[in-house]
Amino acid sequence: MSEPLLELKDVTIRFGGLTAVSALDLTIHSNELIGLIGPNGAGKTTAFNMITGVYRPTSGQITFAGKNTLGIKPSRLAGLGVARTFQNIRLFGSLTVLDNIRVATQLHNPTGYFGSLWRGKNWKTGEAKLEKQALELLEIFDLAKFRDELATSLPYGAQRRLEIVRALATHPKLLLLDEPAAGMNPAEKDELIRLIRFVKDRYQLSVLLVEHDMKVVMGICERIAVLEYGRKIAEGTPKEIQCHPKVIEAYLGAAAV
Amino acid sequence: MLKFGAKRWLFIGIALAIAASFLSPNFNRYYLGVGIDVGIAIILAVSLNLINGHTGQFSLGHAGFMAVGGYFAAWISLKLGESAEVFFPLSLLAGGLFAALIGLFVGIPSLRLRGDYLAIVTLGFGEIIRVVAQNTEAIGAASGLKGIPKLTNLGWTFGLAALTIYIITALVNSTYGRGFLAVHDDEIAAESSGINTTRYKVVAFVTGSFFAGIAGGLYAHHKQFLAPTGFDWLKSVEIVVMVILGGMGRTAGVVAAAILLTLLPEFLREVSEYRMILYALLIIFLMILRPEGLFAFKLKRRQTS
Amino acid sequence: MEFLQQFINGLSLGSVYALIALGYTMVYGVLRFINFAHSDILMLGAFAAFYLSPIVEKFCGPQSPVGAILVVILAAAICAIIGTLIEFFAYRPLRGRPKLTVLITAIGVSLFIEFTCQHGKVFGSNPRPFPKLLNDTQFHFGKLAIGSNDVIVLLVTAMLLVGIWFLVQKTRVGTALRAVSYNQQAAALMGVPVNRIISFTFAVGSALAAIAGILYSMKFPAIEPLMGVQPGLRAFIAAVVGGIGNIPGAVLGGLIIGLLETFAGGIPGLSNYRDAIAFGILILILFFKPAGLLGRSTVEKV
Repeated sequence: MSEPLLELKDVTIRFGGLTAVSALDLTIHSNELIGLIGPNGAGKTTAFNMITGVYRPTSGQITFAGKNTLGIKPSRLAGLGVARTFQNIRLFGSLTVLDNIRVATQLHNPTGYFGSLWRGKNWKTGEAKLEKQALELLEIFDLAKFRDELATSLPYGAQRRLEIVRALATHPKLLLLDEPAAGMNPAEKDELIRLIRFVKDRYQLSVLLVEHDMKVVMGICERIAVLEYGRKIAEGTPKEIQCHPKVIEAYLGAAAV
Repeated sequence: MLKFGAKRWLFIGIALAIAASFLSPNFNRYYLGVGIDVGIAIILAVSLNLINGHTGQFSLGHAGFMAVGGYFAAWISLKLGESAEVFFPLSLLAGGLFAALIGLFVGIPSLRLRGDYLAIVTLGFGEIIRVVAQNTEAIGAASGLKGIPKLTNLGWTFGLAALTIYIITALVNSTYGRGFLAVHDDEIAAESSGINTTRYKVVAFVTGSFFAGIAGGLYAHHKQFLAPTGFDWLKSVEIVVMVILGGMGRTAGVVAAAILLTLLPEFLREVSEYRMILYALLIIFLMILRPEGLFAFKLKRRQTS
Repeated sequence: MEFLQQFINGLSLGSVYALIALGYTMVYGVLRFINFAHSDILMLGAFAAFYLSPIVEKFCGPQSPVGAILVVILAAAICAIIGTLIEFFAYRPLRGRPKLTVLITAIGVSLFIEFTCQHGKVFGSNPRPFPKLLNDTQFHFGKLAIGSNDVIVLLVTAMLLVGIWFLVQKTRVGTALRAVSYNQQAAALMGVPVNRIISFTFAVGSALAAIAGILYSMKFPAIEPLMGVQPGLRAFIAAVVGGIGNIPGAVLGGLIIGLLETFAGGIPGLSNYRDAIAFGILILILFFKPAGLLGRSTVEKV
């Protein structure tokens, strides 16, 4: 296979006395859809936070597209192509749906501070382009009808979708989804599965998915890594994971084995 | 909102200010003075609104930056002597730029801090600026800087107030400027959407300091006298209250609040001994009863350009 | 010798700061906001003593230790009540509101107390001489002169600090207080009467401020309605320097600020910048240790 897109080597992070993630190795190639599962508190979100630069690992190495990302701010990582959503939806509450997307689209085509003061021709065409881009994205994900609503006034499912669109607006190479199915009903979950597949194919990107819902994870992931107490206890195809003894033990307790 | 002819409004505002300036010899001197006070308050409140309202950072040191700009511009005018009038706009600009520079130095280390920590550090910087002014002979030290030429008039004040309003509104109503609001709403989400939150905060802080400096210059050439004690943290609190009263992040409301709070003491002259007590009570009741500001009604955020 | 003299002066000033800082830190611990009015409680404590001491003198005679203790206790009790009332009327309605709103309200309360007390019919804005509660005798050790008041300030502070430490660490109320400070919601669910604990915290903090105000006035015996502002600010800085919410940190911060301020006051060029020094230290410390010297930096959960 080609050079990996994202590579975690021996990554460990401690908060005070607690080791949240310990010696984690993980590799993601381009255009792969990987699942990251594990019981509550296993360190999945912490792993996300290290990949996106929110937390800095205590030790170990993370490379993205051949670049060492340790100590790089999340905003710069977004520029390099890492985008994410959050477990507890984090939209910009005082902005409209359209603006939530527009602030993210400007990442690669900034219209600038002085531009917005002078408001010359270049600025106007630039702004128009950003708006068009944002609208197209909203159109694709069936959110255009909400364009002028405040983001936080949308129905729950639409908010989740909007967060994904905002992440896509930064043109990522890697998309991290943190429990996107949380709080969804079965119909919405089916819809989500379809959506994730569609995103991956259309934008040719890799997806790292943290999810509790096994149906979603097993349904779409090509490979799954399992964390427990901050350690990776298994990795493999959905089939392999389903009958992996350590995984069963982690989820159901030792007695079930 | 600024889609069509935003700049045209700016020019209209400036033209009106200049016209008023030519008519001003006919005005009552007292009203003229109060009018200029109002204009300066608008500049201060609208610029602080970018930091405290739109970007959601809590600065309690705006008076400090006003002092920096005021002293610097006044010092230049005094050095220039005769030709001060010709160079007045440049002195104002220099005061603003100097305040912005100090704002940059203050902002870079302190904007890593959040909420009340930031409030205290900015308050501290304001106090340090005051103490430095108190001990610098070149600007009159504790006895203050006297004999500043009276160059501030309605034209300059309201022309610059119009410019301030335009710049802050134009900034916020652009894709770039939506970043300030994003930082206000959720810093972590903003970062992961590619918004460099530190840079945005510093930009807001420096822009705000620049206009505070300009306001300081106008103030200096209006009162013709600067004393370090005039820029203590109570002055900063006053500006913060304007921003809150106006409803953080609503420019029109903040302008209205700046006008109201500047005129209020003039109306309360009759009961001047209770004035400040009433003012303090106003703050408390406002916070308890109307924390979104006096003029906050359930409005949808204005549609963007 | 000069150094030792300054050291003792600094220590006694620093311990007063520490007492005030405790109030800031405790309130911050439970409510996560800066109680700006704390510095005014200090002033009210001093004024309470000012008005109480002639009355107490009638019963106990001038400058009697019993009378002094009585004055301190009464002043502390009055301020404890005022502190709880402020919390009840101004801060309680704002529970759960954004921090900024509460902070501004606190500033409003502080201004209200200051302006009201400055009014001619209340205390007036002119400084008044603080009564001598105790005879200040000077002990001489060679060139070193230690006033008995300085010794008393140090002793009282030390006793109170130990008392507070005991209260917070070893008693049931203290456990509840720490629980509220750690997680208010969880504490409420565990049956901790959160509102009562918060009132209690304000009472204790305000009583400490009153005592600090009296000790401060014994050192600088001219009192006026704005007397609390400067020591209050420095004590607040002390609390932040030590790590706000952290009780030993407040003491450490208080001593650092008191000592540095005293030493800086002795250096000719620097003495004019005394007001700026505390803030300078604060900014430096926050730059290198954003959570303060003893504070633990918290990681925001994402």
